[in-house]
Amino acid sequence: MTSSRNVSARQQQDLLGANEREQSALRRNGVIDKLFEKGTLTLALAVLVLLATIMGSLVAAGWPAFQELGWSFFTGDRWAANIERFGALPAIYGTLVTSLIAIIIAVPVSLGIAIFLTEMCPVALRRPLGTMVELLAGVPSIIYGMWGVEVLSPFLRDHFPALFPAGTGLTTAGLILAIMIIPFITAITRDVMVTVPPMMRESAYGLGCTTWEVVRNVIFPSVRGGIVGGVILGLGRALGETMAVTFVIGNSLFLNPTLTGQGTSIAALIANQFPEADGLQRSALLLLGLVLFVITFIVLAIARLMLRRIENRAP
Amino acid sequence: MNPVYQRRRRLNRFVMVLCLSAALFGIAWLLMILVSLLIEGLPALSPSVFFERTRMSDGGLGNAILGSLVMTALATAGGSIVGIAAGTWLAEYGGRSHLANTIRFINDVLLSAPSIIIGLYIYAIIVLPMGHFSGWAGAASLMVLIIPVVIRSTEDMLLLVPGTLREAASALGAHRWWVVIRVCYTGARAGIITGILLGCARISGETAPLLFTALNSNQWVFNLNSEMPNLPMVLYQNMTINSFIPAKVELAWTGALILTAAVLILNILARVISARKG
Repeated sequence: MTSSRNVSARQQQDLLGANEREQSALRRNGVIDKLFEKGTLTLALAVLVLLATIMGSLVAAGWPAFQELGWSFFTGDRWAANIERFGALPAIYGTLVTSLIAIIIAVPVSLGIAIFLTEMCPVALRRPLGTMVELLAGVPSIIYGMWGVEVLSPFLRDHFPALFPAGTGLTTAGLILAIMIIPFITAITRDVMVTVPPMMRESAYGLGCTTWEVVRNVIFPSVRGGIVGGVILGLGRALGETMAVTFVIGNSLFLNPTLTGQGTSIAALIANQFPEADGLQRSALLLLGLVLFVITFIVLAIARLMLRRIENRAP
Repeated sequence: MNPVYQRRRRLNRFVMVLCLSAALFGIAWLLMILVSLLIEGLPALSPSVFFERTRMSDGGLGNAILGSLVMTALATAGGSIVGIAAGTWLAEYGGRSHLANTIRFINDVLLSAPSIIIGLYIYAIIVLPMGHFSGWAGAASLMVLIIPVVIRSTEDMLLLVPGTLREAASALGAHRWWVVIRVCYTGARAGIITGILLGCARISGETAPLLFTALNSNQWVFNLNSEMPNLPMVLYQNMTINSFIPAKVELAWTGALILTAAVLILNILARVISARKG
C-alpha cells in the first residue's frame, strides 16, 4: 500500500495502463461531455426564452393600443376599424361561447366513445377503431372549416331556417369545434381509462357489477383527474382554434349576446383583419392576441397540472 | 327476478345504448367529412394539379405543394435538432430538478398553444423588422410549433431506455456523451422518429401561423426571402376571397384531399415505425 502511494506520476500512469495518448483522449472526452451537457441545456432553456419572447413581443406590440384605448378595449362592444373603435367584447364573447358549446357537445360524446372503445367493443375492433380515432385527431383544422362552410352550414340553413337563417353563426362554429375536438378528447380519455389495472376492473365484475357500475364506480373515480385534464386540453384547443371557426362564425363585429347569431372570435378576428391592418388596428389586434394567449395559457396550465397529478400517482 | 337486479340491468343497458349511439354519432360525423372530401376532391384530381402553378382563374397546385414541402422540411429539420437536444437534456441531465420541471411544464403548455399566436409572434419578431413576408418567417413559425412535440416525445422515449443499459456502458468506461449518443439514441431511435413524423404531420396542415408570415403567391418561388406559396393558404384563400369562382373551390377541395392524405400517411408511417419497434 505504502509503496503504491509513493510511486511517481509516471509510474501511476503505467499502473493504470494509461499512456499519454489515452490521457489526452480522457481529457478530450471530458471536454466533450461538458460541451454536450451545456449545449443541450442551452437548447432546453430555449423553451423558456420562447415563452418569454412570445409574451414580451405581444406585450410590446400591444402596448400602444392599450395606452390609446385603456380599459375600454376590454369593455367596448363594437370593433370598427374605420372609426378606430376597438372593443374586444364581441370577440371574447364569441371565443368563450363557441368553446363552451363545443365542450358541452363533445364531452358526453367523447366519454361515450371512450367507454365503448374500452368496455363494450369486441376486442378485435378495439385497436383499429382506436387508431382511427387517433388518426382523425390529426386531420388539419382547415379541413373541418371547409367542410363546415360547404356542407354543414348550408344543411343547417336549409333544414333549420328558424334557428340558423344564414347557416353561419356562433352555434355552427361551436358544432364544428365539437366535431374537431371529439377525436382529441376521446383519444386522451381512452388512454387514461386503459391505465386502470385490469385487476380492479375484474374484481368489480367478480362482485357482480354491471359494466356501467364498473365504469361509474371503479374506472371514473380512479382516473377522474386525467379525464378532466383531457377535457380542459380540448377546451384549450377550441379556444385558440382559427381555421375551423373563421369560415362559419359569421364575422359580425358587433356584440350579439345570442347563441345562434353571427359573431366572431379572437382568432377569427385576427385572421380576418391582421393581414391588412396597420398602426393602431394592428396594435389592437396584437393586444387581442395577448388576451387569447393569457386565456389559453391559464386553461392549459390547469389541464397540465391535473394530468401531471394523475401521471405522478400512477406507479 | 329480483327488482333491484332488474333495475340495475335496465340502467346498464340504457347507458350502454347511449355509449353505442355516441360512438356511432361521432364516427358518422367524421366519416361524413372524409366522404365529402373524397366526393368533392377526387373529380378534379389529375397529374396537372401537381405540376401546374396556381393562377388567377385556372391552374394547379404545384407551386403551393412545393412551397409547403420546403417550409415543412426546413421547420422539421431545425425543430428536430433543437427538440432532440432539449429533450435529451430533460431526460438525461435535468432529472427532477426545479429547472427541468419548469421547462417541462412550459413545454407542455406551448405544445397546445394556439398556432395563430405563434404566427403573431413570428410576425412581430421577424416579419416586422425585415419589412416583408418571407418563406423564412413561415418556416420559423412552423419550427416553433414542432419543437415542443419533438421535445416531449424525445424525453418520453429516452426515459423508456432502461437505466441498466446506461450503467453497463458506463461500467465499460464509456463517457456520458458517448452513452447518450450510442446507447440511448439507438434504443430510442424508433420512438424519436415517430415523434418527429407526428410533429411533421401536425405542422404540414397548419394554416393560421402562415397567414401573416409566409403569406402566399401564385408563382413558382425558389427564394425563401420572398412570399412563399403553400397549400393551406391556397385552400384558405380559395374558400374565402376566391370562393365566388367555382373552379377555385373545386381546386381547394382537391388540395384538401391531398393535404389530408399527406397528413394521414405521415401519421400511419409514424405508427408503423413505432409498432415495428414494439
